[in-house]
This record gives sequence, C-alpha cells and structure tokens, in this order.
Amino acid sequence: MRRSLTLYGLTFSLPLLIWQLLFFVFPLVFLVALSFWTVKNFRMQPDIDAVNWVTMYGRPLFWQAYGITFAMSAAAAALVSALAFPCSYAIAFKLSETGRRWAVFLMVIPFFTSYLVRVYSWQIFLSDAGIINVMLGWVGLGPYGLLNTVGATMIGYLTLTFPLVVLLQLFSLAFIDRTLIEAAHNLRCGRLRTVFAVIIPSARVGLVIAALFAFILSFGDFVSPIYLGGGDPTTLSILITDTTKSGQQWPRAAVIALTMIGTLMAVAFAAVRFAYKGRTK
Amino acid sequence: MSDKDTASINRNRAVDVALLAYIVLSYAFVFAPIAASFVFSFNSDRFPSIPLGQFSLEWYRAVASDPLVWQGLRNTLFVGVIVGVVATALGFGAAYTDFRYRFFGKQVYLALALLPPTIPVVILGLAMLAYLSRINLSGNALSVIIAHVVICAPFAMAIIRLRLSQMDPDLEAAAWNLGASEWAAMRHVIIPFAKPAIFGALFITMAVSFDEFAIAWFVSGLNETLPVKVLGFLQGQVSPRINAIGTFVFVTSMTLVILAQILLTGRGAKARPGADEQE
Repeated sequence: MRRSLTLYGLTFSLPLLIWQLLFFVFPLVFLVALSFWTVKNFRMQPDIDAVNWVTMYGRPLFWQAYGITFAMSAAAAALVSALAFPCSYAIAFKLSETGRRWAVFLMVIPFFTSYLVRVYSWQIFLSDAGIINVMLGWVGLGPYGLLNTVGATMIGYLTLTFPLVVLLQLFSLAFIDRTLIEAAHNLRCGRLRTVFAVIIPSARVGLVIAALFAFILSFGDFVSPIYLGGGDPTTLSILITDTTKSGQQWPRAAVIALTMIGTLMAVAFAAVRFAYKGRTK
Repeated sequence: MSDKDTASINRNRAVDVALLAYIVLSYAFVFAPIAASFVFSFNSDRFPSIPLGQFSLEWYRAVASDPLVWQGLRNTLFVGVIVGVVATALGFGAAYTDFRYRFFGKQVYLALALLPPTIPVVILGLAMLAYLSRINLSGNALSVIIAHVVICAPFAMAIIRLRLSQMDPDLEAAAWNLGASEWAAMRHVIIPFAKPAIFGALFITMAVSFDEFAIAWFVSGLNETLPVKVLGFLQGQVSPRINAIGTFVFVTSMTLVILAQILLTGRGAKARPGADEQE
C-alpha cells in the first residue's frame, strides 16, 4: 500500500517469483531455444537451426496427429459441456442447500483419486471380456470391441474433465440473479426457453471457461489415448512422449510442445474473447 | 403459485425427477471406476470382470512384497511432504503479497503465481526434463520436488488467498498502531488468522503431489514415485495390483483432504489465536 520496497515485503513476495521464474518460465523459454538445437550422433548440440521445425512441419503424420488431437479435444469439450450442464443445472436449482454441499464435496473426490487408476478401471469395464460385454452377453448381445476405440478415449477424456466442468458450471450458475429466472417465469417463458434464453446467457462466461479447461486438459492428455484408445489414432501428446522417451530427439518434441502451446493460447484467447463478448455494454 | 393448474405441476414433477435421476447417473459415471477399482482390489481373478471371483488379499500381498513399490512409496512420501511445505510457504507469501500490496506488474506476478496448472503436463514435463538436465538437476527426487512445487504452489496460493480475503485488512493496521512491528503483526495477527488455510493448503498440495504422475515420469529417472510406478504397471503386465495401490493411495489422499476440509471449515479458528498468545 505505502512503501513499495521493504525487506519485509520482499521476504514474502520474492520466493514465489524467483521459483516460478527459475523453474517455470525458464524451462518454457528454454524449450524455444531447444527447438533450434540439432542432434548429431545421438547427441544434442546447441545450435540455431530451423531443421526441426522444417522436419516436423514437413511430415504429413504430424499434421494428421494435429488435426485429430484438435478435433477430439474440441469434441470432448463440447460433449462434456453438454453432458455436464443438466447435472450442474439440477444441482444448482433442484437440490437443497445441504444436498448441494454434498454434491460439491462428492464432485471434489475424483480430483484426489489417481487418474491412472481410474483409466485402468475403465479397461476392466470396456475390455472384450469386461463388465459391459458380460452384461451385454446376458441379453444376448456382443461382445463388442469397446476398448482401443475413439469412443473409449472419449470416456477417458470425460473421466478427466467431467468433475471439473460440473464444478465450474455450478460456480457460474450459483451467481445467476434468481429474480431474472422468476421474471422469465412470470412472463410465461417456458422452462426450456428459460434455460436457453436466460440461464445459459447469464452463465456464459463460466460455461465457456469450463469448456476451455476441458479442451486444454484433453488436448494435453496422453493417458486416455494410449491406454483406452490403444495409441491409435496418434495424438500430439503421444507424439511428444514417444519422441522424448525413445531416443534423443528432444528438439523435435520441443517443436510439438511449442505448437501445442501456441494452439492452446490461440484457443484460450478466442474463448475468453467469446465469453466476454458484449459484456462491456 | 396458486393459479398453476395441476397439469403443469405434474409436468414439473416429471422434469424434477428426471433431473434428479440425471444427477444420480452422472455420479454413477464419475464413481464407477473408483468403486470398481476398490471392489476388484479384493478380487482373486487375474483378469478382473464379473461375475466376481473369490475374496482375496493377494494383490495387496503382491504389492506389499514388491520392494520397488516400497521404494516408490518412500519417494512419494518424501517428495510429497517437502513439496507440501515449500509450496505452502511460497503460496502463503504470494497470497499475502496479493492481499496487502499493490504494485506495478502485479497482473504478471499473479499470472506467474496461478498459471502453471493450466499448462498441459506433457509440455511441462518435457520442458522440465530438458531444462533440469541442462543444469544437472534431472533424474532424482530433487527434480520431482522442483517440478511439483511449480504446479502445487498455485493451489496453496488460492486457498490461503481465499482465507485472507475473509480478514478485515484494518486488523493488521490496528496492530501496527498498537506498536507492533510488521513482523510482529505477521506473527500474531496474519498467521494465526490464516492458520487453518495454511494447514489446508499443506494437505491439499501434498495430495496433489501424491497423485501427479506425468511430470514425475518425465523428470524422475530411476527415482520413480508411486504414481510413476503405476504408470509402469499400466504399460507392462496389466495386473490388478494397480487396484490395490489405487485403493491405498485413495484412502491416503482422502484422509489428507478430509483433514484439510475439517481445518478449513472448522469453527473457533478465530477465537483460538488470541488464547495462544496469552502464554
């Protein structure tokens, strides 16, 4: 408030600043430099050579993976938003105060269970002799190949993002002015129309941000595409892990990572613009 | 209310029931994998499915007799505790900075303090691996600690900042007016007030670190933490051992979260600090 630089103030402000500069900003900046390094005889050398960019961007496989990753994450964001909304709506408007608190508490629990364990658990459900196929067998259906499909990857993405999206949507629904809804009812606005004409526009910022997070999480996730989707189609995150873990092609992995960051920044910017569009009136 | 005809009330009730059923369905989807993992951790079958086999503790025995799992658990606990303490300390400093100071570039400061969890973990993992191996810090427990603090500190900052926003800023000024130095005011006013949030943040950041596998997988080298070990199980011989570990980790994390919850919502957090200072 008053004096800007004191030993006292700096004691509290500086540690985090230094830590995040050293171990968050620098690594990301280093990634940029790394993408211009060259690899000779399996050893990386500092260099300024665009060869990695040219190689990666010249590969049809890379662009194919890019398109697929983008499409699948966008589909996941749309799907999870659509599936989560009735749930958040019901929690926000149909449950009692106590019920709502329990609902929130239960939705927080998945954050503290291992995502890997949940993905493995889905394998138990989806495998050829798994729970779902056994149940389908009881009514004379199947077995279907459920595992190693895009659908299975989507289930993984939903597992990852559904709780977060419900919580974020819930948060934005909680701040809607209830008198607006009552006014709509009094003006004989139908239920469904109230949802689309009053509630969704009022909660738009939160809904868009929730979808954005779903997109970011799905875009970067490598566990579901590998262990539920079977690694096919290849996503960018699979490309990064493969390129990093097998061989010393880190500079190429850096190119993929930077492309992903650029994409995410563009998407985030567009989403925030869209979320706040017309808000300044 | 009174002029609504019965038909519309019936229709409303049907919609309400459908919505409540939808809530139940959503939670069923969210908890199905968690519950299945719990159930199958006690099931004897090598390839878990229904109908269930015998009740068995063999997966727990298999896990308990695997020295690599114990090694992983030790690493996880060691990393988690240090990450919790460091991330909470840094997060507290940042939260207090945001609470008290206004300065040029504060937006950037806050972005740095809150942004890391939004960067995909594969990218952070790669960046950390490349950078830390460049400065000869990769492949050991320290590298996991460094990386985990980066993503955990924002959670600590958010939790403590929320608590501080419930505090009257004049309290600190009042302490100064009564002759307390800034340090004394910190010790006797701010910290006691924020104490529940500090412990809450400590447990939450530990829990986050316990479950993080992707960055740890990139940077840990041979010092695998338990979640990285689980990733290894997933890649290799898929076995219900994952369920046993998962159930164990779940119980541990939930204990931490519930402790944090009790601390964060606990009453009397306001009255106690005064009593402490009497001695």
